[in-house]
Amino acid sequence: MIEVSNIKKIYINGDNETHALRGVTFTIEDGEFVAIMGPSGSGKSTLMHILGALDTPSSGGYKLDGHDVSKLSDDELAKIRRDKIGFVFQSFNLLSRTTVLRNVTLPLIYSDMPVQAREKRAVQALKDAGMDENRFNHKSNQLSGGQIQRVAIARALVNDPSLILADEPTGNLDTQTGNIVLGTFQRLNKEYGRTIILITHEKDIAEHADRIIHIRDGEIVDDSKKHTKKIINQKP
Amino acid sequence: MTTRDIIHETFSALTANKVRTSLTMLGIIIGIGSVISMVSIGQGAQASIQSSIEGLGANLLTIYPGALQPGRGIVSSGRGAAQSLVNEDIEVLQEIPGVSLIAPQLDRRFQIVSSLGNNTNSTVIGTSPAYAQIRNMTTVNGIFFTENQNNSLAKVAVIGPTVATDLFGAEDPLGQTLKVNGVIFRVIGVLEAKGGSGFANQDDMVFVPISTMQKILAGVDYLSVIAVSVEDKDQMENVRTLATEALIKKHRVDEADFSIISQADILGTLNQVTDAFTLFLAAIASISLVVGGIGIMNMMLTTVTERTREIGLRKAIGATRHDINLQFLTEAVALTLIGGAIGVILGWAVATTVSSLGLIQTEVSLMSVILAFGVSAVIGIAFGYYPARRASRLNPIEALRYE
Repeated sequence: MIEVSNIKKIYINGDNETHALRGVTFTIEDGEFVAIMGPSGSGKSTLMHILGALDTPSSGGYKLDGHDVSKLSDDELAKIRRDKIGFVFQSFNLLSRTTVLRNVTLPLIYSDMPVQAREKRAVQALKDAGMDENRFNHKSNQLSGGQIQRVAIARALVNDPSLILADEPTGNLDTQTGNIVLGTFQRLNKEYGRTIILITHEKDIAEHADRIIHIRDGEIVDDSKKHTKKIINQKP
Repeated sequence: MTTRDIIHETFSALTANKVRTSLTMLGIIIGIGSVISMVSIGQGAQASIQSSIEGLGANLLTIYPGALQPGRGIVSSGRGAAQSLVNEDIEVLQEIPGVSLIAPQLDRRFQIVSSLGNNTNSTVIGTSPAYAQIRNMTTVNGIFFTENQNNSLAKVAVIGPTVATDLFGAEDPLGQTLKVNGVIFRVIGVLEAKGGSGFANQDDMVFVPISTMQKILAGVDYLSVIAVSVEDKDQMENVRTLATEALIKKHRVDEADFSIISQADILGTLNQVTDAFTLFLAAIASISLVVGGIGIMNMMLTTVTERTREIGLRKAIGATRHDINLQFLTEAVALTLIGGAIGVILGWAVATTVSSLGLIQTEVSLMSVILAFGVSAVIGIAFGYYPARRASRLNPIEALRYE
């Protein structure tokens, strides 16, 4: 469960103070599929960084599964990311010239998991993300955009995270492959009960989630459940 | 991260750009290679000087007339100028326990003319038959003169191979005569070639009985050197002390008017010289090692910049500062260690080539190999530290945004 209470983030640059977040409060239950939507400069990226334990708020509280994450050191944040968070990036960020399997295993090398167990987990994550099994040993630069993003989703799943954070995951994909990726998120949410937060500036994309938190100028302007756009034909 | 993971990451990082990796390594390869080969050449020179000195006679004390001035080492400026050693000193020395052989010596340079009319200017040494034993000299042709000939003022000569060639060319010198200072000598022996080792080239000398030298050729009664061989190496110091005391008493002086030099003294001085020479070579070679290290640092900094996004990703998925630091430091150390290993092989190859060309008998010591590896690891850590630290301190958010 994610509990965010009155989070503020102020960037100080010389004499200028930029208020990226001006007091944001919300709760996300386990198993929710939430979109955080807002135009660029709205503070949604800052919020994502804080939710993803990449950054800490200037003030306010953030609890992830009951752990207070708002005042941790860099290395403690790294451990939170390792154990509780899976990231999916707009630009995929796979290691090139590296096999699909190795890419997905990567987060586990920073944990103490034995090698065999890692591989097993990686294979399962790839299957859950709908990746074709005979491509597991392909190099990541031999894959198409849709396949790459599936690998990235599998990498986000592999550490069995409490939260998957997807930052504009369809931004570099065409509509059709984008829909497949969004379908994958819906399936992971419905079938496996994964908690997913989707960060996007597009209403059309946000509507694939069950709940949309609308953010503008560092404040929540709307938080509501909507009719979800269902993707038909989820598995390719 | 397990060791296996680190090795895997390092291997894939280093093989990602093979040309750059090998060029960077080349700096270390040349550095370590030149240190190894320079040190081995230096040590080889030392060993060859050592063996040639020991070849002159291992348990040898050499007594020179005149006191050596402190700080002037073994280079005696006025040898022959002092006339403090005389024939009677030999009898005194013979009484000392531990003394095995004694060879008196009087040297002069003379113009020598052979019966064939050939000329040469060479050192004539008047000595006793013990000389041949003490100096490990053997004749290849004929014999060394005997004690009898020594006592009877015989006009016989034993010549070195260089003198033999100069005076008699291809002809057999045995039975031929040569004229020294107007006196005719019969050649009775030719010495085995020992190889010219710069100073005191024994191949270019003529040996005659000491009595003949003193009474007929030079017309003096003093000696220029007394060579004393000692039965056992351990007795060297003891014999030297006793000989000093005995000669001071005999000469009735307060301070020694002679000096006793052992082979150990000569070796010690020469070792100092060759050590300095080796150190000098190694210091020059080390400069290239430092340049190689800077190359490593340069490549690592470029790598960190190029892989900023990768570092950002690794941090986002849970790598701690320590993980990143370790990864990049391992890369740098792997570069220098692999480079060091190839450098050792290269240095060894150079040393072996030098040996096989017959220039100097080199030896690559285990010590210098271990040292080379130690130094490469230290260079890896020293020059990899800053880039690794920079990588580990990158902010993951900015690193992920880096274009």
